[in-house]
Amino acid sequence: MTTAPSPTREVSMHIFRGDAEGGEFREYRVALEEGWVVLDVIHRIQGTQANDLAVRWNCKAGKCGSCSAEVNGKPRLMCMTRMDIFPEGEPITVAPLKTFPLVKDLVTDVSFNYEAARQIPAFRPRPPEADGTYRMMQEDIDRGQEFRKCIECFLCQNVCHVIRDHDDNKPQFFGPRFFVRLAELDMHPLDTLDRKELIRARAGIGLCNITKCCTEVCPEHIKITDNAIIPLKERVVDDHYDPVMWVLRKLGGK
Amino acid sequence: MNGLTQYEMHEYDVVVIGAGGAGLRAAIEGATQGVRTAIVCKSLLGKAHTVMAEGGIAAALRNVWPEDSWQVHFRDTMRGGKMLNHWRMAQLHAQEAPDRVLELERWGALFDRTKDGRILQRDFGGHRYARLAHVGDRTGLEMIRTLQQHAVHLGIDVFMECTVNRLLKDGDRVTGAVAYWRQSGKFVVFKAPAVVLATGGIGKSYSITSNSWEYTGDGHAMALHAGADLIDMEFVQFHPTGMVWPPSVRGILVTEGVRGDGGTLRNKAGERFMFRYIPEFFRAETADNEAEADRWYEDKKNNRRTPDLLPRDEVARAINAEVKAGRGSPHGGVFLDICTRRAPDYIRRRLPSMYHQFKELAGVDITKEPMEVGPTCHYVMGGVRVDPDTTAAVGLSGLFAAGEVAGGMHGSNRLGGNSLSDLLVFGRRAGHYAAEHARAAKGTLSIDGRQVEAAVRDVMAPVERKTGENPYAIQKDLQEVMQSLVGIIRTESELKEAVVQIGRLEERAARVGVHGSLTYNPGWHLALDLQHLLAVSGAIALAALERKESRGGHTRDDHPGPDPHFGKVNVVVRMRDGQLQVTQEPLPAMPSELGTLFEEKK
Repeated sequence: MTTAPSPTREVSMHIFRGDAEGGEFREYRVALEEGWVVLDVIHRIQGTQANDLAVRWNCKAGKCGSCSAEVNGKPRLMCMTRMDIFPEGEPITVAPLKTFPLVKDLVTDVSFNYEAARQIPAFRPRPPEADGTYRMMQEDIDRGQEFRKCIECFLCQNVCHVIRDHDDNKPQFFGPRFFVRLAELDMHPLDTLDRKELIRARAGIGLCNITKCCTEVCPEHIKITDNAIIPLKERVVDDHYDPVMWVLRKLGGK
Repeated sequence: MNGLTQYEMHEYDVVVIGAGGAGLRAAIEGATQGVRTAIVCKSLLGKAHTVMAEGGIAAALRNVWPEDSWQVHFRDTMRGGKMLNHWRMAQLHAQEAPDRVLELERWGALFDRTKDGRILQRDFGGHRYARLAHVGDRTGLEMIRTLQQHAVHLGIDVFMECTVNRLLKDGDRVTGAVAYWRQSGKFVVFKAPAVVLATGGIGKSYSITSNSWEYTGDGHAMALHAGADLIDMEFVQFHPTGMVWPPSVRGILVTEGVRGDGGTLRNKAGERFMFRYIPEFFRAETADNEAEADRWYEDKKNNRRTPDLLPRDEVARAINAEVKAGRGSPHGGVFLDICTRRAPDYIRRRLPSMYHQFKELAGVDITKEPMEVGPTCHYVMGGVRVDPDTTAAVGLSGLFAAGEVAGGMHGSNRLGGNSLSDLLVFGRRAGHYAAEHARAAKGTLSIDGRQVEAAVRDVMAPVERKTGENPYAIQKDLQEVMQSLVGIIRTESELKEAVVQIGRLEERAARVGVHGSLTYNPGWHLALDLQHLLAVSGAIALAALERKESRGGHTRDDHPGPDPHFGKVNVVVRMRDGQLQVTQEPLPAMPSELGTLFEEKK
């Protein structure tokens, strides 16, 4: 190793410890190593100071979307958040996602998302061509591929005000992740199924008021609001309402 | 535990352990056949290791090269594995992979396209033609999401964050499994005439690895304990290109697609050193000078391929040797350079995750500067010995294995891209034959309460020993033993030392203690996974001692060349009376009509 080691810096981490019964932020002091991300610090604490510290992770490379948490109040993937972005000497807080029920420490019950996924009617392709395969042009699937970059970290779900601040909306709202999924199916060149009524009624797209919080936190930089939600809203509105009435409503500020 | 243990009991026809590509594909097949099917997995659905696969799925679709065929794919696979592969698995794999890829498209996958709208294919190491169906460098994500969504719509029951710890048996018949919920620590017993292992690999026994926490060899170890054979365990694949700097990212995968799309390896003097490491076995088909290698990217008909795309075992050994000779990069790797050959837009479009990963985690812009890379433990070729057609474990009834946990398909070294296709081909076969087995199963299935009690007792033991050793410390020590003594280059004395050290670690692991509650307690879970890691580590070290030659993913400094004797045998590890036994057993003979495929070229 030819690079000179940087002077050791100790950091004060305030990590939420607790379960559904309650909990508190507890301080852990850790000596940082070069290039560390938040997840490295969590692993060091888990390995040396608190073996029972609950955290989800898999790939540690921003590909699986398991290690979502709120770091200094901001929803992030812990594996892609470098420690050197935080000002030296200031404590760092790590808390679980707020929108979902707490299991323990940094782990929440995200079954809400798996329930929504189950309710989306499956992809239904048109029949293949004579040779049994399909032809699709790259430009016709670029948008779909953008949506399929989603790693299901659920950060967008976590920041969405519709469910973050109103738990009672959960039964009637799927959230941004599943608008992305629905938009992907809607724009898929092979899909033949009309899901507009589901998007309107069950998925509750009308509840979204386009604050773009979801787009801001997406680690895959999917333009959730502009490319998925707004086109879906337009599609549903075009189909559901009389266009003249829709324009009048728009002009009247809803 | 006092008296009878409390547990939930679930009865299915087919229980699939693992929800990566192989597990999902197996479960889809089971459910499609109309049998009651469940998936049990350690993580949330969609987070399994398959999600991290980058480069693509190898299949002779012939969209880019009409000259390609299953025969050429078969030949590449066998040669990549230095002829130690089970020929029948390699044949089925090459024949069925194209259908499995097209099937994903019917289920909604969106692969990158050719100009005429078909599935685009990219070059990869050891594949004669551009053969990998892909989506940029996130093919695994596309595959797992497609399978996950399809499985969910078939109504398959999924037990997420539920860890299977032990198989249950009735004589030579597997009858189910014991698991615990990671969230609550409560026990679950599965009763099923057919159990499919799709548990992936063993990478967490090494300190530098591209593998996640889940890769603790659970399936390998449970099969061993149940009496199954493991074959080829000495063959561990070190992927030549993992990140090396900063330390926090050491081991994270850098896709072979970088080289497939034009990246070249260089040492600190800027030399393209791979030209010095072309083995005799691949000399006829590899360019021996830079000019020809450069022309190959544009004209593949009249030029031989660049040595940068030799199979992974060759490239990993070459990098290892360069670093040892003092010609490495500043942080103990070598340079991988794509920015010299390709424009920034091309790199960002073809390799978006690599661009992002280096930019965010290493502060390196790969469109402007080279990456630093070095070998990382990536894959185990060895696994459960199975019948190639049905994936049924040899010697046991009711147990099936598919994907990385199964042995034989890849011989001594796996080609890049052949893993995702393996998962699909043999996942489907496992689901099909497990369902068939379940339908044909006669008589009532009985669960032996004493086996359940014994499993529960063992699982609870660390919790009751509050003052024991830290499981993380033992895991770290094991990883260091395996990395330094059973790594890329091995010798008899170091392997013997490893066996002794693993024995000591087993003693320490028997005294491991756990703090905290039963609710989502990673220390407890690791204490249990550690038992599996130790069992597979022992199997790897013993098999490596037995194979006194160098071949594929197993290099012996004291036996540097291949030995014709060892080219005809598998090393088999089995457990009898709690002890690991090692034997050599003859390879299955390849039929002559397939043998002729290897005659025209050396």
